[in-house]
Amino acid sequence: MKLIMALIKPHKLDDVREALTGIGVVGLTASEVKGFGRQRGHTEIYRGAEYTVSFVPKVKIEVVVPDSQVDGAVEAILKSAHTGQIGDGKIFVYDVSSAIRIRTGESGDMAL
Amino acid sequence: MRSRILAAVGAAFAGAMAAAPASAQESAQAINSGDTAWIIVATALVLFMTLPGLALFYAGLVRAGSVLSVIMQCVAIACVGSIVWLAVGYSLAFGDSIGGWVGDLGKAFFAGVDREATSGAIPEIVFAMFQMTFAVITPALIVGAYPERMKFSAIMLFSILWLILVYAPVCHWVWGGGWMSELGVRDFAGGIVVHATAGVSALLLAKLLGPRRGYPHDLKPPHNPGMTAMGACMLWVGWFGFNGGSQLAADGGAGMAIVVTHISAATAGIVWTCIEWRKFGKPSLVGAVTGLIAGLATITPASGFVGPIGALIIGAAAGFVCFYAVGLVKNVLRIDDSLDVFAVHGVGGILGIFLVAPLAAVSLGGVGQAEGKDWLDQLGVQGIGVGVTVLWSLGFTFVIVMICKAVTGLRVRPEDETTGLDLPSHGERGYDL
Repeated sequence: MKLIMALIKPHKLDDVREALTGIGVVGLTASEVKGFGRQRGHTEIYRGAEYTVSFVPKVKIEVVVPDSQVDGAVEAILKSAHTGQIGDGKIFVYDVSSAIRIRTGESGDMAL
Repeated sequence: MRSRILAAVGAAFAGAMAAAPASAQESAQAINSGDTAWIIVATALVLFMTLPGLALFYAGLVRAGSVLSVIMQCVAIACVGSIVWLAVGYSLAFGDSIGGWVGDLGKAFFAGVDREATSGAIPEIVFAMFQMTFAVITPALIVGAYPERMKFSAIMLFSILWLILVYAPVCHWVWGGGWMSELGVRDFAGGIVVHATAGVSALLLAKLLGPRRGYPHDLKPPHNPGMTAMGACMLWVGWFGFNGGSQLAADGGAGMAIVVTHISAATAGIVWTCIEWRKFGKPSLVGAVTGLIAGLATITPASGFVGPIGALIIGAAAGFVCFYAVGLVKNVLRIDDSLDVFAVHGVGGILGIFLVAPLAAVSLGGVGQAEGKDWLDQLGVQGIGVGVTVLWSLGFTFVIVMICKAVTGLRVRPEDETTGLDLPSHGERGYDL
C-alpha cells in the first residue's frame, strides 16, 4: 500500500481525477496549497507598482493505492498533469503501514 | 449659481436661533418642487458614493486581513462626520461670514434651518443635507492614505478635527460666500473644497504617519480588485448626484454637468488603461477604474463650466497626469499614500481647477468667462485659490496630526499591522483564512 502525493497545476485537477478513476482508483483527497519550486513566484503590477507573489497556487492530491496499482497511478498522473511548462509539479510516493475504514472497521487493501 | 443662492440664504436667515419663518419667507424665492426633488435624489446619490462606493473601492485594494477595517473607517467617518456637520460644520461653512474666512455659529445644530427656510429655490434643509453628504465623503477620501496601520481612535479624532478646521472653512471660502467666491474662484462641485483639501492632507498625513511595514518592496497586492471595481462603479453613478446636484436645480446646467462628468470618467478610464497596456503589456481592471476615478475627480470643479469637448480634454489630461502622479509619489517622493489619494484626487482636483480657466471657452461648449475676465485672469484666480487651500490644508493637517499623536497615538502595534487590522482593531474577520 502506497500513498501517492502529487503537487499539480490547479487547472489539471479534473484531468488527473479522470485519469485516476480510469485506471480504477476509487478515491482521492485534493487540497489547495501554495508553494514555490523552480517556477518561483511571479510579479503583479497594480497602478504601476510591482508586487512579488512568491508563493504559487497549486493543488495537492493524495491518493492511497494497493501496491499493484502504484505504477499505473503514477503513470496516469504523469500523463494527465503534464503540460511541459515550468511549474507542472512533482509526485512523491510513500509507504503506508495501515489503512482502516472508519464505518466498517475493515483494514488493509479492503479499506481503500 | 451657488453664490446667488447663498447670498439670498445669508440675507434671509442671519443666525436666527429663534426662527422667524414669516419674515424670512417674504424675502425668499418660491420653492421649485422639481429642483427640490432632484437635490433630494442627488443627496442620496452622494451618500451612496461613500457607503458603500468608496468603502468598497478602498477595501478591495488592501490585504484580506484589513478589509473590514477600511470599510469600518468609512462607515464610522460617515457617522461622526454627519454629527459634526449638524453640530457646527454647516454653520461654519454656511453661517454668516466672519471676514470671509469662516461662518459664525448662528446655524449650529441647524438652528433656523426648519421646514420653511429656503436656499434659492429649494428648502434650506435639503441644501444642508446635500452639503452634509459632501462633508462625509471628503474626510472618508483620506482613508486611502493611512489604511492598515493607523489607530481607529486616531482616525476618528483626526476626521472630526479635520472637518472643523480644514473642510468647513474652505467650504465657506468657496461656496459659503467667503473670500474665494468674492474673488471669483470657479469650483463647481469641489476641486478645491473636496479633492485638493483631502488630497494634500492625505499626502502629509501619510508622510507623518510613515509607510506600511514592508513598503515599498515587500507589500501584498490588492486582495480583491473586483470589489474595488464595484466600488468605483458606484462612485461613477453617485458622481452624477455630486456634480449634477451641485447645479442646485433640475435644469440644463445639471444635465450638462452629468454629461461632462460621464465623458471625463470614460475618457480617463480608457486613457489610463491604454497607458498601462503599452507600458506593462496588459490592460488591468484596477488601472481602468483608477483612471475613471481620476477623470471624475478632475472634472468635478469644471463640471458646471465646460461642455463635452472640454470634458474629453479634461478626461484625457486626468488619465495621463494622474497616472504619472502615482509614480511620482511612490518613486520620487517615496511617500506611502497607500491608495493614491493625493495622486488621484489631489492632483486630479487641482488639475481640474486650472483647466476650468481655458476650457470654459464658449467655442468648446463652455459657459464662457466671467464678466471682465479673460481666461488668463481666471487662471490666476484659480491659482490663488489652490495655493491658499494647499497651505491651509498642510498647516492644519500638521497641527491635527500632532494633536492625535499626543492624545491617542497614531499607529497600531507592529504585530497587529502584520496580521492585518480586522482582528486586532475590530475583533472580526472578513474571510475565514
